[in-house]
Amino acid sequence: MADITETSNVVAFTPERLEKVKEVIARYPEGRQKSALLPVLHIAQEQWGWLSNEVMDYVADILSIKPVEVYEVATFYTMYHLDPVGKHVIEYCRTGPCCLMGGEDVYGYLKQKLGIDAGETTPDGNFTLKEVECLAACGWGPVFQIREKYYMNLTNERVDEIIADLSR
Amino acid sequence: MAKKILTEHINVPGIETFDVYRQHGGYAAVEKALKTMTPDEVVEEAKKSGVRGRGGAGFPMGMKWGFLAKPEGIPRYLVCNADESEPGTFKDHHLMRSIPHLLIEGMIVSSFALGAHKSFIYVRGELLYVVRILEQAIAEATAKGFLGKNILGTGYDLELVVQPGGGAYICGEETALLESLEGKRGNPRNKPPFPAVKGLYQSPTVVNNVESIANMPWIINNGGDAYAAIGIGRSTGTKLISASGHIRKPGVYEIELGVSVDEFLNSDEYCGGVRDGHYLKALVAGGSSVPILPAHLITKTANGEDRLMSYESLSDGGFATGTMLGSGGFIVFDETACIVRNTWNFARFYHHESCGQCSPCREGTGWMEKVLHRIEHGHGSMHDIDLLVDISKKIEGNTICPLGDAAAWPVASAIRHFRDEFVWHITNPQEASRPGAVYMGDLAVA
Repeated sequence: MADITETSNVVAFTPERLEKVKEVIARYPEGRQKSALLPVLHIAQEQWGWLSNEVMDYVADILSIKPVEVYEVATFYTMYHLDPVGKHVIEYCRTGPCCLMGGEDVYGYLKQKLGIDAGETTPDGNFTLKEVECLAACGWGPVFQIREKYYMNLTNERVDEIIADLSR
Repeated sequence: MAKKILTEHINVPGIETFDVYRQHGGYAAVEKALKTMTPDEVVEEAKKSGVRGRGGAGFPMGMKWGFLAKPEGIPRYLVCNADESEPGTFKDHHLMRSIPHLLIEGMIVSSFALGAHKSFIYVRGELLYVVRILEQAIAEATAKGFLGKNILGTGYDLELVVQPGGGAYICGEETALLESLEGKRGNPRNKPPFPAVKGLYQSPTVVNNVESIANMPWIINNGGDAYAAIGIGRSTGTKLISASGHIRKPGVYEIELGVSVDEFLNSDEYCGGVRDGHYLKALVAGGSSVPILPAHLITKTANGEDRLMSYESLSDGGFATGTMLGSGGFIVFDETACIVRNTWNFARFYHHESCGQCSPCREGTGWMEKVLHRIEHGHGSMHDIDLLVDISKKIEGNTICPLGDAAAWPVASAIRHFRDEFVWHITNPQEASRPGAVYMGDLAVA
């Protein structure tokens, strides 16, 4: 494994996050540091908001794997953003049980309120909207997720409150 | 009140902390297993309990443990499948966030039984907040000497690692999960070799669902025979059911296997019935992948017997008139639900989540979505109905992993039981193209 404290890349983890990355890598058996790829990409996304090629190359360097090994993973999993995103990424569940609870109507209202469609970011850069599949909160639908927080039992009024709260 | 094994203490304030969990009998199973039992004796209790895999497949857990290869000098792994992503299923999510130490305790006992010294909990990436909860619980258990080196002075070492996924339903399939855990795309592996022989890092590995593992503390404390005495026939013990859709009380309920579907749906102890002013149209009993049944086949079998919440009774009649318990995702549709729209929605899900490795699944799921989209939006032809059946048959059984079957069954069963509704959509294109348009026998309402 490369010495992860010395890197020629322009991008670099903050010292706290670098510590966390080292800790994650140490969880796996010797020579199996590639197992840390998904968790490390989560940490990278937390820092930069999205995964640029430079960031992915940097992660490859840290894990002593080829850049393509990072690209093929980052493009497979839907939670990694490969383009810049807004300050708040709203991941809206559009799957069956949420729809039964009125999810489609609330989704329509949310899109209208933000003035954007799925995959777009508001002009002020505050919100990006993403459609996602089942969030495993079907009994409490409709539901969306922003970072690590779930917003459940959504109604148009709840959407108004949440957006107002996050716009402050 | 029905027997509670997993949820007895779930609403106790502070139960997510080590101390409160311990005050309510927590970690007694770790003490009992590590101090008074051999690993083989723990495996034996699991076998006696008859507990079956709670992720959906329903394979006896003890028997699965018995298949684990034990070559000298090679580590063995236990991996907990916490990648719950099946639409309609949210029980593991509820269990982990509410009572995380129950899973940790189950992991310790199970790892001891299997001779694993490093075990993993693979959590779906969407539940990063649950990852934090589990990490906190692991830190507490480690500080109290229930994890780490020389646990409780017994000489047994165990390290638990929580691994977040990246948001892919396919990673709930055990070999795809192992690929993902190795830092790769979640493409399922060919079997054999099975994980019990060559799993994580080519080492013998057992992959079990959260709920299955969470049963172990009770089984150790009370004995496998006591567990087997609960339930009905080969459906032993209790089961968490995630109830959603058009019911008065959506949520997660623990049932004794064998309670009737009618009681589960209508009693106040559970779902509380279909929401006020409406009536039952259809029901998916075990998560989106299992066949949907119309109202007249869900509370009674084709023979007119009461349908029970058990592996056997729900599948009574095969796919012609039955379904599966699956993961316990109980989705209820009242008369306002459009079956065509819901089937299209599920088809979209499977298309989106197909890993793309096998052609029948990669191409077939997209094709089904496209055909269903045009029927739902008033552009379908009568030929499309048979085309859908044909595509579903060509996916089913022709893929490396069961995602192909999971994608095919909801479409095939919707047509089997609700063909008239598809016909109505095709013959009334103007009506059908309105969102929420529903066929109700001779009466079409929106």
